[in-house]
Amino acid sequence: MKRGKGTLWLGLALLLVLALALAACGGKAETGQQTEGNEVVLTIGYTESQTGKYNVSSSRQVKGLQLWVKQINEAGGIELSDGTVIKFKTVSYDDESSKDRVQELYTRLATEDNADFLISPYSSGLTAAAAVIAEQYGKVMITTGAASDSIYKKGYTQVFQIYTPASRYLTGAVDILQKADPELKKIAFVYEDSKFATSVVTAAKDYAESKGYEVVLFEGYAPDTTDFGPFINKIVGSGAEAILGGGHFQDGSTFARQLHEEGVPVKFVALLVAPPEPDFAELGDAAVGIVGPSQWEPQAQYTPEAAQKLGIEWFGPTSKEFVDAYVAEYGEEPSYHSAGGYAAGLILEKAIRAADSTDPAKVKEALDAMDVLIFFGRIKFETAPEAHGLQIGHEMVYVQWQKDDQGNLKKEVVWPEAGATAELLYPKP
Amino acid sequence: MSQRKPSLPPAFRLADFRPALPGRHWANWALPLLVVLGLGIFPLLTGKDVHRETMFTLLRAVVMAVSLNIILGYTGYVSFGHVVFFGLGGYVGFYLVAVQGRTLWEALLAGGLAAGLLAWLIGIGILRLRGAYFALVTIGVNEAVKAFIQNFDPFGGPLGLTMNFSVYQAYGGPRAMLQMTYYILVALAVAAVLLAYAVRTSKFGLGLLSIREDEDAAEVMGVVTPLAKTWAFVLSAILPGMVGALFFFRNGSVEPHEAFPLHLSIEAIVMVMLGGQGTVLGPVLGAAGYQAMRAFLLTNRYLKDIQLTVSGALLLLIVLFIPAGLIGWLRRRFPASRRVLL
Amino acid sequence: MALDWTTALSFLIDGLMLGFVFGVAAMGLTLIWGVMDVINLAHGPLIALAMFGVYLIMNFLGLSNPYPALLLTTLLALPVGMGIYYLAVHRVIDAPHLSSLLATYSVNMMLMGVMNAVFGGAPRNIDFSLGSITLFGDIVVPTARLVAALAAVLIAAALYFFLYRTRVGRYIRAVTDNRDAAELVGVPSTTILALSFGLGVLLAAFAGGLIATIFPFTIFDGGRYELKSFVIGVLGGLGNPIGSLFGGLILGVIEGLVPMFLETSWTPVIEFGLFVFILLVRPTGLFGGKS
Repeated sequence: MKRGKGTLWLGLALLLVLALALAACGGKAETGQQTEGNEVVLTIGYTESQTGKYNVSSSRQVKGLQLWVKQINEAGGIELSDGTVIKFKTVSYDDESSKDRVQELYTRLATEDNADFLISPYSSGLTAAAAVIAEQYGKVMITTGAASDSIYKKGYTQVFQIYTPASRYLTGAVDILQKADPELKKIAFVYEDSKFATSVVTAAKDYAESKGYEVVLFEGYAPDTTDFGPFINKIVGSGAEAILGGGHFQDGSTFARQLHEEGVPVKFVALLVAPPEPDFAELGDAAVGIVGPSQWEPQAQYTPEAAQKLGIEWFGPTSKEFVDAYVAEYGEEPSYHSAGGYAAGLILEKAIRAADSTDPAKVKEALDAMDVLIFFGRIKFETAPEAHGLQIGHEMVYVQWQKDDQGNLKKEVVWPEAGATAELLYPKP
Repeated sequence: MSQRKPSLPPAFRLADFRPALPGRHWANWALPLLVVLGLGIFPLLTGKDVHRETMFTLLRAVVMAVSLNIILGYTGYVSFGHVVFFGLGGYVGFYLVAVQGRTLWEALLAGGLAAGLLAWLIGIGILRLRGAYFALVTIGVNEAVKAFIQNFDPFGGPLGLTMNFSVYQAYGGPRAMLQMTYYILVALAVAAVLLAYAVRTSKFGLGLLSIREDEDAAEVMGVVTPLAKTWAFVLSAILPGMVGALFFFRNGSVEPHEAFPLHLSIEAIVMVMLGGQGTVLGPVLGAAGYQAMRAFLLTNRYLKDIQLTVSGALLLLIVLFIPAGLIGWLRRRFPASRRVLL
Repeated sequence: MALDWTTALSFLIDGLMLGFVFGVAAMGLTLIWGVMDVINLAHGPLIALAMFGVYLIMNFLGLSNPYPALLLTTLLALPVGMGIYYLAVHRVIDAPHLSSLLATYSVNMMLMGVMNAVFGGAPRNIDFSLGSITLFGDIVVPTARLVAALAAVLIAAALYFFLYRTRVGRYIRAVTDNRDAAELVGVPSTTILALSFGLGVLLAAFAGGLIATIFPFTIFDGGRYELKSFVIGVLGGLGNPIGSLFGGLILGVIEGLVPMFLETSWTPVIEFGLFVFILLVRPTGLFGGKS
């Protein structure tokens, strides 16, 4: 009797375990490479931050990627020399802007959904976690929205970066400053305590010091800071004439707003990420004069002619074609995150065409050999093992918010001078 | 109090770990053990990596919930800072492997020790506080440790630490490492369940239960409550510390806001509540059920956007109507099950 | 870095002004704790909800000034708070602390889920500026912050008046001191408990609305202000609403002074260290809490 009852409970428990395990693992079917006649459908896997702090940037990035998928499929896919036609489909999950489940989700993409190629999540932190999985399963991953250099210095071989890396993100701002005002010497660096912003400002600080600048303040703020009062007081106390720093959109725009409200007397402000975003204009007067590095701007001067001059190949649509298609599809202007998402797809397409194959090893070879100009800029990857996949072709452009004659805010490209649409407004009002 | 130095605290003699009551049903320990082993072996049967990853997340939750239950369910102290042990163990272990070049085994040991030591140090102080004051102070401890590590340069400050991929070569490459760390986690989960059973049925555990029911009375009856509470706290901290070391080793990087997320603590409490606080099997089922529910909600087309709301509503219903949790409810509803379910 | 008096004073004034506002948020938390021994873990999301309330009402009515929207949001918060009490708290009011902690945390989860679905994670900003004024010669202070600090002091005074000079206020204090005794003399304790919860939420909402006029916000920001409220509540004495205003001042001074001597990132270490320390040595807070 006693034994019988125990066995009954045991059976029940085992059933429960099985049910839980099945529920936890869920079910997914019909993905991965599918062949129908001579048409092959490749699966591209990625996670999107549908919730959480990266929500805005991540969704723009995904919109850009989806536009490329739509266009390539509507254009009939990629045709290889053996007559195979390649089309694409995507599988994605919500990573909740948190590293908690990124690895689980990318494992799912790599094994369960049999994704042929991976695209990174948004942000360096999430990408660092996802890259481990891509590497473990030998899947090529194109990263976008992930600028940290450190991801590419861990010995990976499958990860390829579209963005200009953090170490070259803000050095141009020092060049701008030097050109605009050779007299100015005191710079304050106030930046977000994140992987990305810290690596950016550390590189920019070294660069500034090598150019003879005095760094009078170098301090990080917590990523969710809303009160910049203490930092502003320190900036004023330090006698800084220029401020470089920032981090992501929210903190950057808040910082700019409070700098304006408290009338901080500096001549030059360059912030990361926030200024190029269209929403930065909501700051009104506080936005005027703020400079920011951008991975891409619609006015950027990357054209087939420029490619010819550089002696490299041109590929894909022009900036205008991309912007028009994006506006037609989503009814809003693309930001550089959108362009980065689209560019990730485009580079994958280029690599498959160049490899004339869907074999991951051949596509990887094509990526290694790539040196091409697209609407997003020049794309070329480091192939030395100590920083494999690091972007070495792409350059930043710098924008500044200015007011036109009617008093409307306009985002102008001010650097590099060759591609500038307006003169730098200096000193900042 | 007394001048002589006690060799071992009175509440922690090995003899105290002998079952206090005779006639325990073998299913008391076999059921939770079988559930954990069943969950652990499932991915090996299907042979799918993704199942292994899902189960890794799930078993991590099992260890957190089962260990939390020792201080929360047995002793009646609501800790909102359980994740601090996970995070600290993770940081210490990671530092040893990534910076000092030590092995994973040393990292696991050190992670567990660091967490246990922290629990012992703060436990002496904060376990004097009762009820909501204790709950508040545990939040404070977690935030203070997190803020400190953000400023602690050897641990990389706000940037945290990263590990070079080549470290995994020593463990047979990344794929073998993933498999191996999974086995270690299964072993830790088994250890958690056995520890929970041993404590629950021992004299020491009875002392804890009496603290939960009425601390003042327990003291009168001869339970040395400060020591007993502190040791319960230490026992609940060690395994999360080891899991932290394991988790971040696998992850390849560790950052302050990932190591100490407050919501992980609260989720662990929810799991304990779902399954039944103070029971051995309850937290195991609670953790598994909660994770399964979240996985379901996250991938459900309609509920995905409001998954947090659905979880919250479910939690409220349980708190309001079944505060004893699943196992507590079963034990009450079907008295016959009490012999088997613990 | 050389620090002169002006800089020091700027730090202090900034800290103090914010301290008052955070103090009001903590007042809401500690009022609820004082009356019914419940720590409201939905405090943060309610603050965030009030921020969005101000933002939405302002945009919906096309207002150019956030203050009418702030008043409306604050008034709405009272019935919302009472609703939460009846829905989630009343049944567990006499249960062990764990139950009420989890009940209010479940409200937290529900609110966060809904806000996430409706508003998403994007930062919002109330498009409004009062400019700034200059104090003591050369200290620039944004006017909106000054207004917020004054409003915070005003509502604290109003709360004091309400608790000590009105009949309902006396009822609340009676229930705080001894609920059973209060019931015996005919105080409708359930209504009073609900009202107190509503009042606590109202204070949180008022503070949230004020913060929204100063800083941009996302739905996730509530959690941070909730932690600040815990610290302030403990400093001022849990269950002592007026003490919270002083707790807020202390926090403000810490936030103002610490960055002068250390990197700003040390501020939370000191805050939470102090929080733990005070709980250990004097759990009733610096100004005495509920015994």
